[in-house]
Amino acid sequence: MSATDAALQAAPGQKARGYWATVGRRFSRDKVSMVCAAVLLAIVLAAIFAPWLGLADPYQGSMVRRLRHIGTPNYPLGTDELGRDMLSRLIYGGRLSLLIGILPVVLAFGIGTSLGLLAGYLGGAVNTVIMRTIDVFYAFPSVLLAIAISGVLGAGVVNSIVSLTIVFVPQITRVAESVTTSVRNLDFVDAARASGAGAITIMRVHMLGNVLGPIFVYATGLISVSMILASGLSFLGLGTKPPEPEWGLMLNTLRTAIYVNPGVAALPGVMIFAVSICFNMLSDGLRSAMDIRN
Amino acid sequence: MLVYILRRIIYVIPIVIAVALVCFLLVHITPGDPLVAVLPPDASAELAAQMRAAYGFDRPLPVQFGLWIWQALHGNLGTSIATGRPVLSEVTQAVGNTFILAVTASLIGFFFGVFFGLIAGYFRNTWVDKLATSIAVAGVSVPHYWLGMVLVIVFSVWLNWLPAVGMGSGGWSWDWAHMRHLILPAVTMSVIPMGIVTRTVRALTGDILSQDFVEALRSKGLKETQVFRHVVKNAAPTAVAVMGLQLGYLLGGSILIETVFSWPGTGFLLNSAIFQRDLPLLQGTILVLALFFVFLNLVVDIAQASIDPRIKRS
Repeated sequence: MSATDAALQAAPGQKARGYWATVGRRFSRDKVSMVCAAVLLAIVLAAIFAPWLGLADPYQGSMVRRLRHIGTPNYPLGTDELGRDMLSRLIYGGRLSLLIGILPVVLAFGIGTSLGLLAGYLGGAVNTVIMRTIDVFYAFPSVLLAIAISGVLGAGVVNSIVSLTIVFVPQITRVAESVTTSVRNLDFVDAARASGAGAITIMRVHMLGNVLGPIFVYATGLISVSMILASGLSFLGLGTKPPEPEWGLMLNTLRTAIYVNPGVAALPGVMIFAVSICFNMLSDGLRSAMDIRN
Repeated sequence: MLVYILRRIIYVIPIVIAVALVCFLLVHITPGDPLVAVLPPDASAELAAQMRAAYGFDRPLPVQFGLWIWQALHGNLGTSIATGRPVLSEVTQAVGNTFILAVTASLIGFFFGVFFGLIAGYFRNTWVDKLATSIAVAGVSVPHYWLGMVLVIVFSVWLNWLPAVGMGSGGWSWDWAHMRHLILPAVTMSVIPMGIVTRTVRALTGDILSQDFVEALRSKGLKETQVFRHVVKNAAPTAVAVMGLQLGYLLGGSILIETVFSWPGTGFLLNSAIFQRDLPLLQGTILVLALFFVFLNLVVDIAQASIDPRIKRS
């Protein structure tokens, strides 16, 4: 409301732009965010369309051409410890790495937002039950919790996604609950209630739009952590299994090669780093774009 | 103040019980026989039943939980299935090693984090700020297990300055022969707290500088260095609190770095417990690490409240 007022006062002749349109415009003017978005888009598209890019077979190894250096003809990024083409494996690796990094946050976003909205809007006993349960999960450092759950469930892509989702639900629930509590007592919610809207309608129609922004920004930043953790689980042998190309697992199997071919051994980590830093920058960019008062 | 401390401690008790319950359930809801690691595949049903009774796995779950808690309160976390040694002594030794690593990393991270955060907040929107902020973002975004590998490549493989694995022979002591083993893992571990402390202190410094009292100090004629001293004093409590929590995260999250550097701490212990399916050891290690984390949270809360009385009221 105040944002609209400010916009009207600042530019009396112009039509006031909506909040999200303003945020979008501010965000698209941020050079760093746009570069990060472009890098991420390139990595994601390459991973999706990998089979049509004319790459070498990422599973086809060869004993005679193991651990070729970066820049070898026909192998622009060298070959791994089994003689497989690194460029191909890095691009194909994005498929699993991005899936196990991003999906847990998406799932946790859905579950955490619902739980936080319920706890924040209904308050009382519902709030106590949800938030005290969340507190218990907060008593575990997130890396420890992720490793404990995956260690117990056993290695595998699905288990690793499940364990990371469990790690992120409490964090998103806390953010969602605190945002919801802060808008619950605003006038427009009272107005909706007075006009006869039920609890579910109020939460869905009136609250969700107001709380989704901050939660979304928080979740974008979490993807950065999730990428590192998901690949970390594979690095420990708790995620993907060989011979599947996945950045964390590749880093693990290439560990013994650091004495022979350090350049190639370090490559998968560069991909994790790039994706992680881009999501962090995007989250920062979104946050400042949404902070219209400044 | 005493009332506040008591209230916080009472609030922690149900958390501790719930944490123990989660540790217990985590291991017991899993598919598969917990004795699979020690029993030979051709063991008779009779022998299996005997072993189950010896470890207490034949009783109902609530009874097992009660017994486990009762024993844990008396300092007995059971016996490691893989090594046959008491879990507590295995964990204590490993916790000591992880402590050396995590505390050193925290100190490094704290020092650089406060330094970068202060100059970034003070010279906001200059190139100094941009550089410090970039370092901070890189610190929190880097996969630290990869950073460890890169540091090993540079300092062990190429330059041959520092050892790549282990913590030196014999017991730990603070001499160069042992400390050179600590440098690479500690530096690797310090980048995350460094990044987080930098961001926190930068934001704090900005907030403090925009407050009226800074204007008052300046108009009183204080030199900029003296104003800066006030900024540091105001930012310190929050920075220390953030660092306290980070130490907890490092203690619990050291597994990846300990794996890269073969550091014989709790992470290493967890790793072997998971892959040998040594459930008592897994349970005990997770419990001890989680309780440390709860305890650190409590200490940070109380310390913060004793510095800043406003916190008590909320």
